[in-house]
Amino acid sequence: MRFSAKIRLLVTGLLLTFAVALAVPASAQQVNPTADAMREQQFLDALKGNSSAELQGRITIPDQKAATLQRPAGREWREFHQGTMLRVAVISVLGTLLVLAAFYLIRGRIPMETGPAGRTLTRFNAFERFMHWLTAGCFIVLALSGLNVTFGKMALLPLVGPQAFTNISVVAKWAHNFLAWPFMLGVAMMFVVWVKDNIPDALDLRWFAAGGGIIGKGHPPAKRFNGGQKVVFWSVVLGGAALSVSGFYLLFPFYAGGVLNLQFWNVVHGLVSVVMVALMLGHIYIGSVGMEGAFDAMGSGEVDLNWAKAHHSLWAEDELQKGQVNGGPRLQPAE
Amino acid sequence: MARMKFLCDADRCIECNACVTACKNENEVPWGINRRRVVTINDGKPSERSISMACMHCTDAPCAAVCPVDCFYTTADAVVLHSKDLCIGCGYCFYACPFGAPQYPKVGNFGSRGKMDKCTFCAGGPEVDLSPVEFQKYGSNRLAEGKLPLCAEMCSTKSLLAGDGAIIAQIYKERVVKRGYGSGAWGWQTAYKETVAI
Repeated sequence: MRFSAKIRLLVTGLLLTFAVALAVPASAQQVNPTADAMREQQFLDALKGNSSAELQGRITIPDQKAATLQRPAGREWREFHQGTMLRVAVISVLGTLLVLAAFYLIRGRIPMETGPAGRTLTRFNAFERFMHWLTAGCFIVLALSGLNVTFGKMALLPLVGPQAFTNISVVAKWAHNFLAWPFMLGVAMMFVVWVKDNIPDALDLRWFAAGGGIIGKGHPPAKRFNGGQKVVFWSVVLGGAALSVSGFYLLFPFYAGGVLNLQFWNVVHGLVSVVMVALMLGHIYIGSVGMEGAFDAMGSGEVDLNWAKAHHSLWAEDELQKGQVNGGPRLQPAE
Repeated sequence: MARMKFLCDADRCIECNACVTACKNENEVPWGINRRRVVTINDGKPSERSISMACMHCTDAPCAAVCPVDCFYTTADAVVLHSKDLCIGCGYCFYACPFGAPQYPKVGNFGSRGKMDKCTFCAGGPEVDLSPVEFQKYGSNRLAEGKLPLCAEMCSTKSLLAGDGAIIAQIYKERVVKRGYGSGAWGWQTAYKETVAI
């Protein structure tokens, strides 16, 4: 009996020991050192509605930019760049080309209704033509090198191979960086020289209502610049300004103040660019194959009197009153 | 083939920066570039944690998606590498990366960043394995030698794990079960669209 009592005591003691041993992890969990440690999912949840948030910490290396642990906004910029940007670019650029091709097939080249008069008016002087072609030449290189950044890897890379494509892209990048400056100069000069003739007025509304001589029959009256040209002017000035500001920050990233701002300026630059390309395709079309007699204005600077009377009737009258007509037999001195 | 991943067990990281130093030394990383860094969040609070972060070698990597010259490629081990011969230094990968991994040797304006540099998972680059030119451009190629990245190998508390994602996730899970807590695999949700279920 004494022996069995000893055994019982021993078993009870062992059971108590086990019970205490089992209780220890439970009490350890009460001082869980990780209870309020942040998890990645908490951070990502906290971001909802504030996509530009970054998780900043403290860092002991000198590069303080490296103190950003995570910046999920990069994923959204990627979605934009590989999604929205491509769609907007394809729709605006290819869409414009299709519309212009269809328009050419349906309407054809818009002719001068009355034949040439043989006498001309000076529409753009040498300096105006210089600043136009400076801007235009730069714009074409900038547009092609810019489109290369977005579409080159789909269109050009498979044709020329990786190393050749990189070489082309490096040259394109330098061309883009340097030709941006004469482009900005050209836009600024055009603004100063042409703004006085581009203030919108009631005449422009009537011009648009009448279809601007492109859609309807005949040409509504217009001063030096008609409504459509004013749209082009203000698009170039405002679009050019937006491209200049956004491009400046992309070119000088250390003034932009962080990656999130660079993403923002990149979005502005990309969207404005493709809209500008689409608009300029229309401008090039009308100024070349689309309309007879229009190219002379920026080619030689001299437009035929009958063309001027049809397209810019009020401007032509003004010029005639000033006696600014060149060439033609009636202006030759009688001998 | 293994799917290589990094996992930083933030409850073990003591912010000694040995991974940062090991990486710089092993790969002869240029001045101003840190392929790996240790960030301490909630500094000084009870929830303070330090996390060693580098390129996470994302699934469907954003850097590769936005690169205008397609200079990125993913190895059979799912390591995201790039060619410095093809890189034009445009900065797009740097805009897109959620982890701030891509860095540039020059801090000049006017598009003069130089060729992008980032963590290679100690797997070199597109040059011939273990060749001097590979080392000069991309650093060490420990994977070709059958070794894992030095940052994780050097980690004094074995906080930073590198290797097959399935294996390091298992190791982490066992740790969490054993000690009863874990603040999760930082970066996994963003990089791999999955986390370690515990």
